[in-house]
Amino acid sequence: MPKKRGADIVIDVLLEEGVDTVFGLPGGAIMEVYDALFDAPLRNILARHEQAAAHMADGYARATGKVGVVLATSGPGATNLVTGLATAHMDSVPMVAITGQVPRHYIGTDAFQEADVVGITRPITKHNFLVTDIKDLALILREAFYLARTGRPGPVLVDIPKDITQQEYNYKMPTEKDVEEALPGYKPHYEGNPVQIKKAAELIRKAKRPVLYVGGGVIIGNASQELRELAELTRIPVTTTNMGKGAFDETHPLALHMLGMHGTYYANMAVYNADLLIAVGARFDDRVTGKIDEFAPEAKIIHIDIDPASISKNIHVDVPIVGDVKNVLQKLLKELKKKPVEWVKARESWLKQIEKWREKHPLTYQQSDKIIKPQYVIEEIYRITDGEAIVSAGVGQHQMWAAMFYKYKYPRQFLNSGGLGTMGYGFPAAVGAKLGKPEKTVFAIEGDGSFVMNMQDVITAVQYRIPVKIAIINNEFLGMVRQWQQLFYDSRYSSVCLAVHPDFVKLAESMGAVGLRATKPKEVREVLQKAMEINDRPVIMDFVVDREENVLPMVPAGKSYREMIVSPKQKGEAETMYLVG
Amino acid sequence: MTEEIKAIKVRPLPKSETRKHIIVVRVQHNFGVLTRITSLFAGRGYNIESLTVGKTHEPNVARITIVVEGNERVVEQIIKQLRKLIETLRVRDITDVPHIERELVLIKVHAGEDKARDEIMRLVSIFRAKVVDVSVDTYTIEVTGDSEKIEAFIKLLRPFGIKDIARTGVLALTRESAKESLQEHRLE
Ligand SMILES: Cc1ncc(C[n+]2csc(CCOP(=O)(O)OP(=O)(O)O)c2C)c(N)n1
Repeated sequence: MPKKRGADIVIDVLLEEGVDTVFGLPGGAIMEVYDALFDAPLRNILARHEQAAAHMADGYARATGKVGVVLATSGPGATNLVTGLATAHMDSVPMVAITGQVPRHYIGTDAFQEADVVGITRPITKHNFLVTDIKDLALILREAFYLARTGRPGPVLVDIPKDITQQEYNYKMPTEKDVEEALPGYKPHYEGNPVQIKKAAELIRKAKRPVLYVGGGVIIGNASQELRELAELTRIPVTTTNMGKGAFDETHPLALHMLGMHGTYYANMAVYNADLLIAVGARFDDRVTGKIDEFAPEAKIIHIDIDPASISKNIHVDVPIVGDVKNVLQKLLKELKKKPVEWVKARESWLKQIEKWREKHPLTYQQSDKIIKPQYVIEEIYRITDGEAIVSAGVGQHQMWAAMFYKYKYPRQFLNSGGLGTMGYGFPAAVGAKLGKPEKTVFAIEGDGSFVMNMQDVITAVQYRIPVKIAIINNEFLGMVRQWQQLFYDSRYSSVCLAVHPDFVKLAESMGAVGLRATKPKEVREVLQKAMEINDRPVIMDFVVDREENVLPMVPAGKSYREMIVSPKQKGEAETMYLVG
Repeated sequence: MTEEIKAIKVRPLPKSETRKHIIVVRVQHNFGVLTRITSLFAGRGYNIESLTVGKTHEPNVARITIVVEGNERVVEQIIKQLRKLIETLRVRDITDVPHIERELVLIKVHAGEDKARDEIMRLVSIFRAKVVDVSVDTYTIEVTGDSEKIEAFIKLLRPFGIKDIARTGVLALTRESAKESLQEHRLE
């Protein structure tokens, strides 16, 4: 077997792992790897900023379920990845980042473009490695992929000194067994304790007011089918987190949509009054729970999650089940079917009550024929794409509207930075998603503030003819911050005005994309129609919307669901109900 | 069955008393593993009271003994996070498990006059300590034992004027069986 350069070993492992696309931007310390990429059978996307490259790899991974791969050089290249890695880490996205490092004999000398990348990224990766010997290179890379995609997935970084990528070595591709042997302490729990599963089934049989609270784990664990079966069998309504969107068909009659800070009135009321909460692949984020003491105060809690560290982190759980959600749900279903119950009858009054809440405060907004309402833009995007598009979002009000007014039917259909809340995520993630799912229409619903944080990468989408559709919900504000300032800081609008913007239409044209604008409600549809016809380049749509529209309902941070603000006029109007059943 | 199911309704999580916990972690002895563990504590604002590391009889396995102060909930979270580290092989909170606990301490104490020197030598003998260095007006004493013994010894030496102390931090091993434990006790 001929000797190979470290850089060629990197490519070999990528191919062995089935990677077809890599994102990144080269530099001195990773030039060897780029040299090897030059004739590798891989799609190599040159981003314009490493943060965007990381989000592209992330969007690719979220849309496909495969591992996203990003490359960067040492020092500034690697530090530019930080936000992208942290974003993926918080949302458990499988990713492998390969960074160049200065040659081994320079490490620790403050050499040109040196940074302690393993140190910097330690808390924001699932694991990371510095390769110190070419003998370990292939094995470490294989470990990285294995760790990224198994258990609770996450980003893994491999830092490779330049001299190792140049060095030649006669290596053998490590097998899956070699990888497992190299990780003796890494044993994700897949099974789920049978006693706990029995207990859970018993609680479900006895519950009068149960609610399923579903997070991103169901999507990651490919357990949507099982979830649907469980909900339909037991007639339990389903509310999802922002990360859980699409895990349960939102057009289903049992769908309560999102819960928490910007959850629907009916989802939050159901959770508040529930006597049993079944949390599946969700982690009780503070945006979901609000005031901990008053979160589902009457409910017993079952928590199914692959990560033991997520269980009883901030809420006491009555029945913890650690395991792969798909596996656990299958066993739970089997257990429930052993003793038939008249589910329809058992749930009648609870579901009726929920319908009342739904009728009382449906998700809605005040339409206008003079000024474009941001929610209206989202609804129109939903209509024109038949609810079939993959949607990514930035962070802010537009993100919440994209979550509320587009109904997601499938897993992996809504991509956004749920955990870290990263502005600048949406558009590059859409580019990655489109590359992973070319047959899908991909919409990036962006805030004007969020979009400008990574708009340089429109150039990348133009270069590779990636036809993503960017809908800017342009309110000339850092809208979500403005909303908080309006509601909780006496309308003192400190540093939130974005009145100075590029002309987004001209910006698009100057980059080789298509630019469109709508300033009146009746133009919205027209602009979207035009955008739908363009299939060879990105389109930027500038929707100039009502500047001071608010996202409602809203549970103020750290407050109880009872203090939910439902409409612009009513405040804290939610009700308590322990009457049913 | 149904009795078991009856959930304890406590929300938020029960807050228990803060106390000292001894956590033993076995890890792959890789480059950077110690930083990974300590930064896990630092990143979450948990305070480490003592930490000792050393190789074990197995190749590439190191044993870390960590003493932290915290309530059950905090410690449970620490343990879960430690378990989550890829290089962790095993984590145990042995606070309530029969175990042997040792710390080695070097104490440099003022010992000018004869009376003091005699008194200190008496303490050294009672505590089975050892004088390892002598100067005109100091003794340097080596002592091993569990935290209680060490604290008591230091307390008794304090009036003489302690000039410096170096502690290794706690080491701990669980007792293998009742029989052997008895033997341990007799030896003490
Ligand atoms: C990188 C980053 N910086 C700051 C914030 C804080 N933040 C949250 S929402 C928001 C405003 C977002 O404005 P925009 O993208 O225009 O969206 P809008 O809320 O107006 O829809 C800001 C600044 C953040 N989430 N991310």
